[in-house]
Amino acid sequence: MSHSRRRRQKLPWQIVLIAAVAAAFFLAPFMGLIWRTPWSKFADIVRRQEIRDALWLSIKTSLMTAIICCIFGVPLAWLLARVEFPGRRFIRALTTLSMVLPPVVGGIALLFTFGRRGLIGQYLDSWFGIRLPFTTTAVVMAQCFVAMPFLVITVEAALRQLDSRFEGAARTLGGTRWYVFRRVTLPSIRPSLFAGIVLAWARALGEFGATITFAGNLPGTTQTMPLATYAALDSNPESALILSLVMIAIAFTILIALRERWLGRTAQGISL
Amino acid sequence: MFARRALILALAPVFFTTACSSSHSQKTSTLEVYAASSLATPFANAGLAYEKAHPGIKVEFNLGASSDLARFVQEGAPADVFASADVANMDKVETKDLLASQSMIFATNYLEIIVEKGNPLNISSLQDLENPDLVFVTTSPDVPIGKYTAEVLKKAGISITPDSLESNVKGIMLKVASGEADAGIVYHSEVIASDGQVEGVEIPAELNIVAKYPIGIIKNSVNKKQAQGFVDFLLSTEGQVFLTQYGFGVP
Repeated sequence: MSHSRRRRQKLPWQIVLIAAVAAAFFLAPFMGLIWRTPWSKFADIVRRQEIRDALWLSIKTSLMTAIICCIFGVPLAWLLARVEFPGRRFIRALTTLSMVLPPVVGGIALLFTFGRRGLIGQYLDSWFGIRLPFTTTAVVMAQCFVAMPFLVITVEAALRQLDSRFEGAARTLGGTRWYVFRRVTLPSIRPSLFAGIVLAWARALGEFGATITFAGNLPGTTQTMPLATYAALDSNPESALILSLVMIAIAFTILIALRERWLGRTAQGISL
Repeated sequence: MFARRALILALAPVFFTTACSSSHSQKTSTLEVYAASSLATPFANAGLAYEKAHPGIKVEFNLGASSDLARFVQEGAPADVFASADVANMDKVETKDLLASQSMIFATNYLEIIVEKGNPLNISSLQDLENPDLVFVTTSPDVPIGKYTAEVLKKAGISITPDSLESNVKGIMLKVASGEADAGIVYHSEVIASDGQVEGVEIPAELNIVAKYPIGIIKNSVNKKQAQGFVDFLLSTEGQVFLTQYGFGVP
């Protein structure tokens, strides 16, 4: 964990070349979008009600997802990092499964679990009259399902690297387990925790497949920005382009701002 | 040593591309058929029959909403044949002069209400769909089925606020078959293809529409001859059987 200033190295030109190709591969699609964007209509399209609804819904749901992921994800990460229990590897694989699954599969799984005829959903409906599909709650659930693993693995990695002697010392000085967790453990992993939250939030903001499958697509209720963008491809390709740019701008701004603020020097291993 | 490494590096992309292209062997030619998702089952069977009768030709399908497919074709996707569920989306391609020849109508279809197996809400007419507690799903009016549904509802003088705008017919089928939605409106052929997963409720002919399915060969196709062969097969008596079998009408 040295903070020594890295000297400017001379890299082999082959590596520079390949890295440049990789960077260009990420840059080119943005250029493609910008190239096709009808700038003259930008203001008109952004001011439309359905676009503002989608934007607001996306911001609202992705922030809720970030909060929920934090509340449930940190304890899960802590459990996976610190506690030896039978089936731990299985649980770890399970919680990260949705990172590698196609989101549509996650959506179908959620539908057959929490849907009106689903494993759990049928009881939610008959006992409490709760129907999740086609609601904003379903959007948040779909987002949590795909986003939480990003927080869990980031925080778990940080907890594993953490020198547990500090916590041990705090305990011998009379701190309760809960006090030590709050005052020693959490502050030490703060950079990773923020990185995890930001990753989960960004993943939630971009969620499409699980949302459209589980929550459906209705303007104002379940139509988030990605869904609105997809719908606009049919009706109005120009507004799809502008919606894409708006999403890129939001995500990019926040990633850069957060990186500078929270993840700058301290989180070398897991910086975004 | 250094020079050799550099050479390998410089040639790597070349090797990579040749390795990729050599997997397409010269003997079999692959036909890329872009088809509306409602054509999935009959086309899959017709494709198999056609492959059997024409060794060396492989028929691959890209199934999706006609509007998506029309957009892919306009953006230069390597399609050989495009079969749309409505004339409007074929027009998008045709007016941009992307077809080798004029499109032809090869199938027709009409609409039916679908409900969950056993019809628990006893839906028997379009009027029953007006119940505000009922969960009704359709697609955006830019997808053919959504446009047809709107037409039928308008003819019947009914206004419904849908609970979700699915991306295509399959989305409507999934939501109704799984019981999440109470009702939707899809093509008659979908009810046949669902094999009892959903129940169909007829819409009277005077309120119904006739969906026309046009097919066309893409101008930039490198397999125009084979593409024409497949289209001719679909239009032949032998090929039309695959369509009528799944509830499609023939022109």
